[in-house]
Amino acid sequence: MSFLRENPVTGSADFSGKVEGVAENVVDLSGIRFSWTGAPPFVIDVKSMRVARGERVFLRGPSGSGKSTLLSLMAGVIPIREGSLRVLGREIGVLGGTERDRFRADHIGFIFQMFNLIPYLSVEENVSLPCGFSWTRRANAVRAGGSVEREAMRLLERLDMGAADVQRRPVTELSVGQQQRVAAARALIGAPELVIADEPTSSLDADRRSAFIDLLFGECEREHATLIFVSHDATLAPLFDREIDFVEINRAGAAEH
Amino acid sequence: MIPALAVKSLRNRKFTAVLTLLSIALAVVLLLGVERIRSEARAGFASTISGTDLIVGARSSPVHLLLYSVFRIGNATNNVRWDSYTALASRPEVEWTIPLSLGDSHRGFRVLGTTPDYFEHFRFARGRKLEVAVGKQFEDVHDAVLGAEVADTLGYKLGQSIVIAHGAGDVSFALHKDHPFRVVGILARTGTPVDRTVHVTLEGLDAVHAEQNGIDASDPLAAALRASEDSSTANANGHSADASVQPESKRVLTALLIGLKSRGAALSVQRFVNEYPGEPLTAILPGPTLEEVWDIVGAAEKTLLAVSALVVVVGLAGMLVALLTSLSERRREMAILRSVGARPMHIFGLILGEAAFLTLAGIAVGLAILYIGLPEGNAG
Repeated sequence: MSFLRENPVTGSADFSGKVEGVAENVVDLSGIRFSWTGAPPFVIDVKSMRVARGERVFLRGPSGSGKSTLLSLMAGVIPIREGSLRVLGREIGVLGGTERDRFRADHIGFIFQMFNLIPYLSVEENVSLPCGFSWTRRANAVRAGGSVEREAMRLLERLDMGAADVQRRPVTELSVGQQQRVAAARALIGAPELVIADEPTSSLDADRRSAFIDLLFGECEREHATLIFVSHDATLAPLFDREIDFVEINRAGAAEH
Repeated sequence: MIPALAVKSLRNRKFTAVLTLLSIALAVVLLLGVERIRSEARAGFASTISGTDLIVGARSSPVHLLLYSVFRIGNATNNVRWDSYTALASRPEVEWTIPLSLGDSHRGFRVLGTTPDYFEHFRFARGRKLEVAVGKQFEDVHDAVLGAEVADTLGYKLGQSIVIAHGAGDVSFALHKDHPFRVVGILARTGTPVDRTVHVTLEGLDAVHAEQNGIDASDPLAAALRASEDSSTANANGHSADASVQPESKRVLTALLIGLKSRGAALSVQRFVNEYPGEPLTAILPGPTLEEVWDIVGAAEKTLLAVSALVVVVGLAGMLVALLTSLSERRREMAILRSVGARPMHIFGLILGEAAFLTLAGIAVGLAILYIGLPEGNAG
């Protein structure tokens, strides 16, 4: 923590590729305020939030409370207007649009709630997609599996999606559970340091839900990835290392509840 | 990465992609097809007459003179006397002359009375000479040479006997039945009004018109003329090879084409004709007058071009609509691509790349249809 404070924001300019050993906190957020118009009322007003390396954090909050917006800020999809947000030791707020896109491509794997896959790509092509946008992840995938295709296959096998007939099917004909596992493989390929899952299990039934979470945990552990798992379903909380109640930390949301 | 995605995305939406592509292709076919027909029409128009330096007719507007003498549209308001013709033909600047006598028809086709000079000197399409496809040029007074279209339409062969009628109409009651002409030649196709013309000798026409005067018995003047000319007409009937069935001095022409020894003399000869003391005449330079006529005809064809340009606009607008409709369907896809690190430029490139591909492929298909489906020359 102190190590990070000693480095000025601009000191992270030499930051590149992997960040292991550099930052203790994968996410270090302070004084973030955000509204779509740039003026009050704010959707997000979070004083502080930290996620340590290797942690599996459960971020709980009701739908519409601004969780997804917070994730978009972390991933650099939306620019930060107020406050400080360090991801992997790097201040996201000072990055330009292109740099944020490259940072996301290199370091963050994303899993959405539903419709995670590009309908016109095959299962394997969907998994390999991040390697088309990031040299870092392509290099990591090649190092781990020999080639991007083999690494994609390996991840699919680990997520019980190894059967050839399943892989040959158009992605739109896969069950929701299968689609989510393909999305998980895509989020994990090329070993990104941070995996963000936005309600990935809300369209799965209870049995499949815990099976999916077990698989996700196993793979995050293997790839040494930090996991931020967002859900409104409090029953999942005990599975995680730590739970953050978004309603508690978000002062903007508190006013409404 | 992005081009590969664009191709796969298009393959996924084959049906709309193919429809869009075809609409662009058809728009291109229409635009270029019209443009080609236009340029061919213009070239064909300009090639109607070539090598002629001056066209002379009775005093009238230049456009009118060109239309009736070259395009066989409309009729002359007045004739040119034979002595005016000989006066002009004997000018030192004049290399050749072609006398033209119009005013008769055969089953809707114009009959042109002329001399063998016509086949010798008339040129079209950058100096091409008339060619006789079958048979020969006329030698005898009652010989006729048909344009290609006349022969095709009426199914005439060599040796066919034809009767010409007075006036240009399709149906005429004044048939010159006693003086049939015999088809001795059929010209090769030219793509000009020559194809739709029946060519006969001036002498043959003289004979016909002498007879015309003869049968018009209700007209006392004609009867009187007939009486005075009886002897020469009888003579002609007995000796059909004799050229002068009617005194040449009484012969009238509709127009004449003049070739000069030097083009530089055109303006001075034109002035001579326009100020000719014997009778009021007009001489025109074919080139500028053709341009003038084209300006009139060209308005319609410009409209056609504008319409096909609009079709292209509609084709592209259709593609734009398809594109914008797909944008809302593809918001999810864009969010996924953004999440794996695609920049806004990538997304823009993907959408634009697909549109560019459809447009280029549409143009390519359109060109293929145009050049394989409508070979050169078919359009004209």
